[in-house]
Amino acid sequence: MSVFKRLIASATMATAIFATPALAQDDVRIALVVKALGIGFFEAAAEGAEEAAAELGNVEIIYTGPTDTTAEGQIEVINSLIAQNVDAIAISANDTDALVPALKRAMQRGITVISWDSGVAPEGRQLHLNPSSNALIGNMIIKLAADHLPEGGDVAVLSATTTSTNQNIWIEEMNKVIGDYPGINVVSTVYGDDLADKSYREATGLMQSFPDLDAIIAPTSVGIVAAAQAVVDAGKVGEVNVTGLGLPSEMAGAIESGASQSFAIWNPIDLGYSATMLAYELSQNGVEAAPGAEVPMGRMGTLTLDDNNEGAMADPFVYDASNIDQFKSIF
Amino acid sequence: MLSRTFPIRETILAGAIVVLLALIASRFAGFIAPSNLARVFNDTAPLIILALGQMVVILTRCIDLSVAANLALTGMAVAMINVAMPGLPIPIIIAIAIMLGAVMGAINGVLVWKLSIPPIVVTLGTMTIFRGIIFLISDGKWVNSHEMSPAFTGFPRAEILGLPVLSWVAIVTTLIFAVMMSRTPLGRSIFAVGGNPHAAVYTGIDVGRTQFQAFVISGALAGLTGYLWVARYAVAYVDIAGGFELEVVAACVIGGISIAGGVGSVGGAVLGAIFLGVVKNALPVVNISPFWQLAISGSAILIAVAFNASAGRKKGRIILKSAEVTS
Repeated sequence: MSVFKRLIASATMATAIFATPALAQDDVRIALVVKALGIGFFEAAAEGAEEAAAELGNVEIIYTGPTDTTAEGQIEVINSLIAQNVDAIAISANDTDALVPALKRAMQRGITVISWDSGVAPEGRQLHLNPSSNALIGNMIIKLAADHLPEGGDVAVLSATTTSTNQNIWIEEMNKVIGDYPGINVVSTVYGDDLADKSYREATGLMQSFPDLDAIIAPTSVGIVAAAQAVVDAGKVGEVNVTGLGLPSEMAGAIESGASQSFAIWNPIDLGYSATMLAYELSQNGVEAAPGAEVPMGRMGTLTLDDNNEGAMADPFVYDASNIDQFKSIF
Repeated sequence: MLSRTFPIRETILAGAIVVLLALIASRFAGFIAPSNLARVFNDTAPLIILALGQMVVILTRCIDLSVAANLALTGMAVAMINVAMPGLPIPIIIAIAIMLGAVMGAINGVLVWKLSIPPIVVTLGTMTIFRGIIFLISDGKWVNSHEMSPAFTGFPRAEILGLPVLSWVAIVTTLIFAVMMSRTPLGRSIFAVGGNPHAAVYTGIDVGRTQFQAFVISGALAGLTGYLWVARYAVAYVDIAGGFELEVVAACVIGGISIAGGVGSVGGAVLGAIFLGVVKNALPVVNISPFWQLAISGSAILIAVAFNASAGRKKGRIILKSAEVTS
């Protein structure tokens, strides 16, 4: 199977190499390298990249990646892209460090290299595009709850474990901006340990302890699904809104039942679009990626770089009944 | 036989549960409302079913650590079957779940019986193997609520005489086990094998075969619970019920089932499971810091076990007891 996959991969590359000269040479060729081909999330990112290419006009997107999520596979792909002398590489890396030598070589040949989604060490890329930032996520999860509570109300947080770094940072960031949402009280924070049964029990406990509870914020994909199920089983759909961070495929049922009005997570289409825009700016418009620089990225605004040349794209994207059907089959 | 049906230990454990309920009620009165108690019982039903299966295994001097992984694998399998064939009637789904679980139990049983590998090693191995298989068949993906058919997720929730089907399954399983353990040759041989395997051989009981049967029973119940679990939480993924095997063993130990085998009762296993279920459901509502909750659950188990151990010691043989004092 592996040999077969390699053959296919080599054949694809060979075709790409031989096919390119036939195309218009003045097109800017931006390679979108993903962790592995055939993953819905990345297919959606490629869709966004094509959108950016159409907007820019003279851009050709080379959507490529290994057949399985290995650093070795990506190195082969990078080497082949160097041989094709593409203008820019935008990569979601399978390994932070292993790709650095190959990407350095690409930069020495004058190829623009940026990473997005999953980053490369700073010496292996010019900038890194994060889907969002901790501060934006912290603000978004409370905003999601507040948007459906114009009169204010009681909300509770259902987190993963007491030691989950990501969740603790997001909740901390949320507490910093709580003053911006008058009338919203966070009455309790409970921990479901990312287990469906414990999260379900904790959510049920919240509804019992706080009969007037208006929303449960679960910034974890296991917790949000379990809380939504608990709300349905308690017959509190419409009274308690479950929100937070989740995946569209996993939350489609909760949106359908009404247990969740909306939730958020990155939008892969925007991510692919922004990565392409950034790669184009760096490669064609002579924008310098340096700490503090502001790089434009089309309809997504500008990316402000920090000391590590990293930047956050935008607020997490909100999913609700209007767009869930479009995204539930993607990721 | 009568003392086994209504022994002192079970009465004390039931008393402890009542005291616990009173303590919880002093902090959160709504907990002891009948509707909430029914909800707690329903939430504990999977633990009761699994504890009964585990009890049979422990009685034969074995242990089954693969129950949670078995549950998760069966759950994922039936969920995927449901997605592939939404029209398949629920009774067939349940039959498949029980059979799949029994097959996995039989694998444990054969390894213990025919290859004489220690049960803790066998089930530790199969535990990880089953989890690995879930990853292989599911590709690490989730089966989500909107993909499952309404009948599939609705079955454990359907109410009969005011109680959900999930609760009824636990009640019926308990009744079947009460009869099986006290009234059938299988029940008696399970006690005999655990109590004194050498004597059991002389009475014509095949020790290995009885242990095999115990594993099949435990596996079948884990399979049944696998369907109920996935349907109840309306989601199936690799890690469901992670670490649940330890809760199942804890429920048995609290219920006075001796890890050394041969001693225990259906009532004990059920009460042990209910005790844990009450603790687990009470902790979120009595407003105790989550940082203390794990310590409290652990202490509750230790106290119950220490209590059981001291209660059990009085039943020791008198001859040995006097010898202990002199030495």
